Amino acid sequence: MGMGVKIRVWGDFALFSRPELKVERCSYDVMTPSAARGILDAVYWHPGLKWVVDKIYVRKPIRFTSVRRNEVKSKVLASSVLQAYNGGDKPLFISSKEEIVQRASLLLCDVEYVIEAHFEMTERANASDNPGKFKDIVMRRLRRGECFHTPYFGCREFPAHFCLWEEEAVPTAYDDAEEKDLGLMLFDMDYSDPEQIQPMFFRAVMRRGVLDLRNCEVMR
Amino acid sequence: MREVIKNRYEFVILFDVENGNPNGDPDAGNMPRIDPESGLGLVTDVCLKRKIRNYVETVKEDEKGYKIYIREDVPLNRSDREACRDIGIQEEDEKKQTEALKKLKKSDPDVDIKLRDYMCENFYDIRTFGAVMTTFVKASLNCGQVRGPVQIGFARSIDPVVSQEVTITRVAITTEKDAENKTTEMGRKSIVPYGLYRAEGYISANLARKVTGFSEEDLELLWEAIINMFEHDHSAARGKMSVRELIVFKHSRELGDCPAYKLFDAVEVRKNGNVMYPRRYQDYTVLVHEEQIPESVEVRRMI
Repeated sequence: MGMGVKIRVWGDFALFSRPELKVERCSYDVMTPSAARGILDAVYWHPGLKWVVDKIYVRKPIRFTSVRRNEVKSKVLASSVLQAYNGGDKPLFISSKEEIVQRASLLLCDVEYVIEAHFEMTERANASDNPGKFKDIVMRRLRRGECFHTPYFGCREFPAHFCLWEEEAVPTAYDDAEEKDLGLMLFDMDYSDPEQIQPMFFRAVMRRGVLDLRNCEVMR
Repeated sequence: MREVIKNRYEFVILFDVENGNPNGDPDAGNMPRIDPESGLGLVTDVCLKRKIRNYVETVKEDEKGYKIYIREDVPLNRSDREACRDIGIQEEDEKKQTEALKKLKKSDPDVDIKLRDYMCENFYDIRTFGAVMTTFVKASLNCGQVRGPVQIGFARSIDPVVSQEVTITRVAITTEKDAENKTTEMGRKSIVPYGLYRAEGYISANLARKVTGFSEEDLELLWEAIINMFEHDHSAARGKMSVRELIVFKHSRELGDCPAYKLFDAVEVRKNGNVMYPRRYQDYTVLVHEEQIPESVEVRRMI
């Protein structure tokens, strides 16, 4: 039994931030493998299972638009939360007037992808878990549109619609383009050592609209 | 203990603007946001969330459990208190806090979660939309990120909107020097003569149950806030804005019964046949195609 699935995802906007352009966020040309994994995790995830993204099909032409928004620059401070928790009288909030920054983001618009992925079992699986069971759960969720939380394209304000891709062939917007080099892209984060979470990169080459992630060289 | 929500929800908000600017674009000199390709008007998610926060802040007035974390203004008493503290030992205090936190982390590994729960319990906006909290202890795993159950996308207008520049004059001159030379000053504002916007949102019961504890009461308050979000937000720039429809889809189960896009597709907003330039809400008809919605999903038109 094949443990692979193909899921079609689409939406109005997407923002897969480049780590080097994070203040004024700029999206990658296509979805990163980590974002694709995030979408799958939003649909179904369990400690006993690990998603591996095999291919990303780019179904619509890559187009950008820009949006500038008022954002706040600070985060919740743990020390002030502790103070309030212990009964301090310092009011706890961020004043957006003082902490405001205007930031532009370069978004992708009108996107559609097909993610081809499979899962692997991990050591944390229970005795009663098996690939068949997980596969059934995933397929049922995809067919019914169930999800843990609504998946999104990079940022939560860009929700992703999703459904199962049941056809064999996946036409893309770049079927005629032999090869398009997208440069170095984020592959995923390595969480194996929680003290030191490390980014991993890979050389992204889109061939006929498909980003093939099998056997690609991952750089740290 | 309040009851955490048990169902997944999706919702569609239709709101309109008459002779106003629903959301200015800082990139375009505060003109209304427009998608340059389609000409459709845009309103960002954060703009709507701000209105919801403001409404909750207005009605709840810092009531316990309904505080708002990200505020627009600094209330006066805060500055007063800070002034007092400035004379004190504020600086040292901060350092001590961080140290205390590190010590606590060693003796109590759950301190991150305790603090997170404390934040969720006290702040309505964190319970609803989530928040990013800083790494509690440096170089250790960041437990401080809270995803809220409520997720809203960008709102888009149904038809292309035209933004209109209105030049206005005023007789009060700002500086003495200018007053010598002229009697009036010119100003500009941009308005959308009319626009009907549609926003779509999602509520995940899972995140509510497992993380923030977003409850049934909170949900009622959210609906109330959405319905009234423009009622307490009138200003010279906004013109006449009102929420026209809030259509809520309640799934029968926590994970949901059907894909969200099917529900959104079932809401059709149609421009009436003989209308060329829509200028009022009556120029549109809103249809909810019940036959496209599974029976287990409950549809409520809240307005």
